[in-house]
Formats: sequence, structure tokens, C-alpha cells
Amino acid sequence: MTVRKNQSALTADEKRRFVAALLELKRSGRYDEFVTTHNAFIVSDTDDGERTGHRSPSFLPWHRRFLLEFERALQSVDASVALPYWDWSVDRSPRASLWAPDFLGGTGRERDGRVTDGPFSASSGNWPINVRVDGRTFLRRSLGAGGRQLPTPAEVESVLSISTYDMAPWNSASDGFRNHLEGWRGVNLHNRVHVWVGGQMATGVSPNDPVFWLHHAYIDKLWAEWQRRHPGSGYLPAAGTPDVIDLRETMRPWHDTSPADLLDHTAHYTFDA
Amino acid sequence: MPELSRRRALSAAAVVATAAGTWSASTPATAAGHHDSRGTFDEVYKGRRIQGRPAAGAGHHHHGAGYAVFVDGVELHVMRNADGTWISVVSHYDPVPTPRAAARAAVDELQGAPLLPFPANRPLA
Repeated sequence: MTVRKNQSALTADEKRRFVAALLELKRSGRYDEFVTTHNAFIVSDTDDGERTGHRSPSFLPWHRRFLLEFERALQSVDASVALPYWDWSVDRSPRASLWAPDFLGGTGRERDGRVTDGPFSASSGNWPINVRVDGRTFLRRSLGAGGRQLPTPAEVESVLSISTYDMAPWNSASDGFRNHLEGWRGVNLHNRVHVWVGGQMATGVSPNDPVFWLHHAYIDKLWAEWQRRHPGSGYLPAAGTPDVIDLRETMRPWHDTSPADLLDHTAHYTFDA
Repeated sequence: MPELSRRRALSAAAVVATAAGTWSASTPATAAGHHDSRGTFDEVYKGRRIQGRPAAGAGHHHHGAGYAVFVDGVELHVMRNADGTWISVVSHYDPVPTPRAAARAAVDELQGAPLLPFPANRPLA
């Protein structure tokens, strides 16, 4: 059974294996297919039209399935690998071990945002940015630029306390847990982390930065934590909602899984705590 | 990089020649249009021409925004949020008040790099 661990608790060997599996998916071309899929959804999910991956109730189950697909791809390279998660409310500094050269590498240099250390730096030759929206082919970051701050544990708590999963109009204007976690409304958790990292993580092609998976693995863990705290609350809407994925409606691009099938993560993986 | 510089210089010069372009980011381009999201704008911001206008027809990649933004003539994918704020594909998690602000945020983010017309910009079947 896959156990997803806090990235800060990984051993040197676990980090090495995770990085090696990422590099192999990149080399084989499979990695970039995930970037392409994410960008296709992010530019087509709209508040007043069809919406599946983002700004909608299915933001959470869609990303759960997307991460499962990615984790299975990693495990096809090395069966011992699981996706780690990044609790950015605790490891909230560019000096966290997450950003060390033996793991994801650090922030970008001042002049052009280029990441210059770690396994994913352009100079390593192993991490070309192929699926992109501009001419730059190197991984970029600007961790915490402009004095931006990651969400605090108190802010996370305030969102976990919201008992309703989601609410009409089921988009970026909604009240409820999902949209506060996604960040279009309120204290802003998920969206703010993308902006804090900067570089490709702030764009539609955000999975170009491997931290995408660790960020979303933690968002996914927060969904599980919310379920634990609100056992009487379930996914909404239940049925009959135009442009929105209802509980038992299948999701693109897989067409074979509904939110109802993804509510219980323990069928696929557990967490370390 | 020489090609990039030439491209930027040419596009900037074209705006100056035709519209007495506004070179400074701090200069309000009042003659160029409205701040209203349905208006148009055309200015040079940080040496690059940014334009915005209501989109003719419902192109497959306008997704109901009904508005098109260009950086040096290359379309920047933008989207309008339910609350009236805007985002673009190069700043997708950080809403700003107007399409012009999204265009300027894109120029800031691009740091001189050319925008690509990207084929990934199509919804999956």
C-alpha cells in the first residue's frame, strides 16, 4: 500500500528515488503529457461554462485522480516511490530542506528567475521545459518574491472549519470549503502557494515544476482532513447541475470515474499521519 | 537574444509611429481606451506593445471571456472570473482587476521573453 509522507521526513534514499523516477518520466516524454493535460483544463475551465479541473466542486476529486495517475506512472519506474506532500503552513521558508540541492533545488536567480541548483536546473540538462507558453526553456522560481507569505496554520484551520463542501454557483464566486481551499475567495490557500513559488508554478503549465505534485498532495490531504472533521458533510452538488460535475457524474479526461468513486483515498493510499 | 531585441524594438517603434505611444508604464493611456473590461486598450508597457479588445465571434479559446489580449501581436490567453477580475495563462492563480492589468502582469512575468501561441490551449475532448 502506498503511504504518502511529509516531504520533510523523507530519507536521503527516498528523495533520491523520487527524483530519479521524476527524471525518468521526463526523459521518456510521459511527464510532459501531464503538463499538457493540466494546461488544457486550466484554460478551458470557466466560471460561466463547463468546468471540471478547477474553479468547480470537482477541483478536489479531479486533482486526486490526476495525482493518482501521476503516482502510478512514477511507480511504473520505481515501485517504492510514493508522492510526498509539502505542508507549506509549516515548511514556509525558502530555506526549508524541500528546496535543498539534493531534492527540488532552490529559488531562481534575480536576473531571469532561472533555478541554478538541484536536479531540475537547466544546467543539469535533464529538465527541459517543453510544454510552455513563452520562449523560456528553463525552470524558473521566485520563492516568496515581493515579501509574499505562505498560508499559516491558523488560516488552514479557518478553512477546515467550513462545514459545507461547496455552494452554488459552483465556481470561483462560491462560498464553502472547496473554494476557500482553492483560494478564489477568502484567506486563499491553494492559489496563493502557486503564486508564492512563482515561475512556471504561477502559470497554466504549473506541473512543469515538480513541487506541483507535493503542493497538490497536501491540498489532497487537507480534503481528507476536512472529511474527518465533518463526517456528516459530503460532496456537492448531488445531481442535475449544468456545466458542473455532480457526485455520480464521470469526469474528463478519464470518463470512467466520478467524484463518488474518489471520496475515500484509503482505497489507493494512506498518509503518514 | 538579438532577434528578441529587434522584435521588441520594431513593435515598439510601430506604436510610436502610429499612435504617439505611451512609453512609460506609469503613463495612463487614456487615449487608448477604457478601463472597463469591455473596452479596448493599446499601449507600450515596458517596451512591449499590449493590446486588448472585445473578441469577434466566440473563438474556441476565448471561453466566454469574449475578449482578446495580445503581447507584441501574439495572443495571450485571458479569462474573466465571476467577480469581474481577470487572469492570464502566465499568471493563472493571481486575479487582477482588468484585462490591461493582466496584460501588464504578463509583461512583468515574461521579463522580455516572447509569448508563444500555444497549441496546448485547446480543451480536451
